[in-house]
Amino acid sequence: MKDFLASPLTWTVLAPLLGMLVLGVSSRAAEVWLKVVALVTSLVTLGFGVEVLARFDYADSRTLQFVVDKRWIDVINSRYHVGVDGISLPLLLLSMVITAMCVVYSWDHFPEPRNPKAFLMLLLVLEIGMNGTFIAQDLILFFVFFELVLLPMYFMIGVWGGENRQYASIKFFLFTLFGSALMILGFLALYFKAGNTFDIPALVANVSRSGLAHNTQLWIFGGLFMGFAIKVPMFPFHTWLPDAHTEAPTVGSVILAAVLLKLGTYGFVRVALPILPGAARSWAPWIGLLAVIGIIYGALGSLAQRDLKRLVAFSSVAHMGFVMLGISTLTSFGINAAIFGMVAHGLITGMLFFLAGSIHERYHTRELSRLGGLLVQAPRMGWILGFCAMASLGLPGLAGFWGEFPAILSAYQPAAGLSEVLFRTYMVVAAIGTVFAAGYLLWMFQRTAFGVPREEFVDAHIHDVHPPEWWAWTPLLLGILVLGVAPGLLFHVTNGAVQTITAALTGS
Amino acid sequence: MPVFHAPYLDYAALAPEIVLTGVVIAVLVLDLVVDETRKYLVTQIAGVGVLASLVPIVWLAANGHDRPMFGGAYVVDNFALLMKGLFLATGYVVLLMGTNYISEGDYYEGEFSFLLLSSVLGMVVMSSARDLITIFVALELLSVPAYMLAGWRKRDLKSNEAALKYYLLGVLATGVMLYGMSLVFGATGTTVLVQISRHLNGASGARQVVALGIFFIVVGFAFKVSAVPFHFWAPDTYEGAPTPVTAFLSVGSKAAGFVALLQLIYVGFFGRHDLWAPLFWVLAAATMTVGNLVALRQTNIVRLLAYSSVAQAGFILVPLAVVGDNTQAARSALTASIVYLLIYAAMNLGAFAIVIAVARKTRSGEVESYGGLFQYAPGLTVLMTFFMFSLAGIPPLGGWFAKFLVFRAALDAGTPWAVVLAVIAGVNSVIALFYYASVARQMWMSPVPDEDRTPVQVPPALAAALAISVVFVVAIGVYPQAFARLGDLASLVR
Repeated sequence: MKDFLASPLTWTVLAPLLGMLVLGVSSRAAEVWLKVVALVTSLVTLGFGVEVLARFDYADSRTLQFVVDKRWIDVINSRYHVGVDGISLPLLLLSMVITAMCVVYSWDHFPEPRNPKAFLMLLLVLEIGMNGTFIAQDLILFFVFFELVLLPMYFMIGVWGGENRQYASIKFFLFTLFGSALMILGFLALYFKAGNTFDIPALVANVSRSGLAHNTQLWIFGGLFMGFAIKVPMFPFHTWLPDAHTEAPTVGSVILAAVLLKLGTYGFVRVALPILPGAARSWAPWIGLLAVIGIIYGALGSLAQRDLKRLVAFSSVAHMGFVMLGISTLTSFGINAAIFGMVAHGLITGMLFFLAGSIHERYHTRELSRLGGLLVQAPRMGWILGFCAMASLGLPGLAGFWGEFPAILSAYQPAAGLSEVLFRTYMVVAAIGTVFAAGYLLWMFQRTAFGVPREEFVDAHIHDVHPPEWWAWTPLLLGILVLGVAPGLLFHVTNGAVQTITAALTGS
Repeated sequence: MPVFHAPYLDYAALAPEIVLTGVVIAVLVLDLVVDETRKYLVTQIAGVGVLASLVPIVWLAANGHDRPMFGGAYVVDNFALLMKGLFLATGYVVLLMGTNYISEGDYYEGEFSFLLLSSVLGMVVMSSARDLITIFVALELLSVPAYMLAGWRKRDLKSNEAALKYYLLGVLATGVMLYGMSLVFGATGTTVLVQISRHLNGASGARQVVALGIFFIVVGFAFKVSAVPFHFWAPDTYEGAPTPVTAFLSVGSKAAGFVALLQLIYVGFFGRHDLWAPLFWVLAAATMTVGNLVALRQTNIVRLLAYSSVAQAGFILVPLAVVGDNTQAARSALTASIVYLLIYAAMNLGAFAIVIAVARKTRSGEVESYGGLFQYAPGLTVLMTFFMFSLAGIPPLGGWFAKFLVFRAALDAGTPWAVVLAVIAGVNSVIALFYYASVARQMWMSPVPDEDRTPVQVPPALAAALAISVVFVVAIGVYPQAFARLGDLASLVR
């Protein structure tokens, strides 16, 4: 029990839980108190994240650190095994920062029907699930946390969402659950075929030592693929995403885009690739294919949108395509780029959804044809939007570039055994995708920010950025800038852990 | 002339049954003498009596060893004790749920408690019955009072229909089952399950008549657990019966059917899994799929829960369908069935308790009447959300662990048929989510239908029933290890 509570990782899950319980027994009317509790909780949780960041041994980022390995469910041989390495750490931190900033942003932005108590409780439950997924080193623990985010997100979309919220929320839920059902079957098959354990490092070791029939691997990978690919989402499983994003309240969209999508890609990197390297090689060309289809499809979809939020949502499909392309090369270059892409996309698209929410709040519309002149009416917000659009289209010097460009480049030289011709074709297609990305993002920026305000809004009083918005956005904007200028900060952390994965991929 | 030797009676092992029988008689007598205005005393005595019967169970469980009696026809082992505990706890929760329902509805109170406890006694006996005749007696003891309880709202036509349907189909099922038992007895010459198992592994196992016997017995119990295509009575009976009785039927009576099946299969017929496993495969696949698909179209909450409980029965049947030669896998399958029954009991009782609570205000069973419940009864809404998503199997609520063990049993067996069944179960759990979530959607996202936001009054007894259920559902979901001795429960598999 002692080292269970001594580990900061445990507290990244326990702190939001305690905060949520405090919220649960607080009065619904004491709004300020509720907000303070939620804010303190998310900041304290972030504090534990900072502690992990400070005490992390960067020279040894390939091994799991802050490990706790305790009995949990003996009957099924599942343990409470948590730890972070260079891959989990950035994502864990991302999840905490985003949650804290969402609490700050919500300060005076509670969507109808308000009820801050329930809203903030759901936000903290989401944080439990996200943090837990990134630290879990046991498949069952991973599964429980992975699923834990479904309920709060379902309610967040369904209760606080837009017009079409009921349809969007259940669609989100059903799609994801379908994937998880097949994923859990894959986990169980792994358990029985690879040494009666759910422990991820042990499974990696068992499979690489004693091998696993290639056919079995292919089937199990298929189950895991469904679970993770729907979450990412990859084409053609992406159809839940535009609906969910568009209908969700601002904070919901931010969390969904910034962190929940990463649970899928993280699953590939943490579970599917290292445990099943053989199957990963057979599946990689298909994953790459779906990834580049996603890039082009997402870009074309974005070009066709009339709604600001829906446009950003479709751009997520394209960006996650780049991440998946990087992963599908199975090279350390590509996977490093993918993890960078996850973090960058989390910050940038999170920001874009914040902005879309704030613009909607001011103009009461997100229709691009009715917007315009943001730079005139709210210049600071306009420039922030411009900054984020540039980051998103992959301008060198901002974070987006380091996720996108190396991912494309990595396809030039995929791992041994993968067809170079095929992946170079993917590379070209993906590169064309970046042109489209520049197209829709610039077009979006032009329509919202340039020109003069429409007649209907000329006399409207449009606030520029509020203090809570400044507080919530500054850390993210700084992150985009810092990671853009000094990408080595992040690559340095991830590289060691990625090397061990690729070593396993090429080893057998 | 043979001298009669009284059989050995282990009074300690029979203590739960003896205490419960005493309580049943006490309730019956007390009801005659207690004044009309003080009938609640009878219910209270019944409740205390049920809890008193739990005491020897705890003692026996702590004591450990198996206690067979009557040549193996009646065995008190860990499996039996756990199931007795489940049935007594179910009986207690149903009493709590029924307390206000029955007295406010102006129905007979004393007799309600008496019949309910008689039925529970039948279930308690069933948990230990390892003999065809004992199983039959236990089944009748638990069914006959239940037939009457289903018609307890005697001025309501639907309730009359419920009781009559339940009675006729129940008797038919019993007849089919008895015929099957007679065939098995004819082939093996014994009614004790352990000896039947020995004969089936030997020469008489190959006889055609055995196959027919096993088939009829399984069909008989398929009625009892409302497996498709023998489920037609369930929705009508559930809808018409008083809601506490519905909860009792869908949990206690169904679990008793499963307990009998588990004992028959694992103790008696285990050697002939080539006969019954395919039968269960078809039953499981059909029950899950049909139950779920029909549940999608229900607009009445009780009918929805009725079909949901049909679908859940399909999940409980899955482990039985995948059992093969492998003893390890058989243990895993038995564990899955048992744990599923326990968790299912808690979440289903909880859901029905909410139905009773909400109906006190809305006077309606339509799912639509739950609209906007969150706005005036947030506590009940959160609890119902827990129960619904637990039934759907979403972590970290108890139901996920039950479903997980079922999947595990299927993959432990590892045969292609087992994996196919697991995939069917997986798809079904997604379909099921849709209607469970639709209840949550009404409560959280829809407006209040008649703009009547008076808070719902939850009487203390009902609140206690809710508390017991929700604690169990959440605790088992977060920390399944609470069942630390699950491994021992598979003791039926030798």
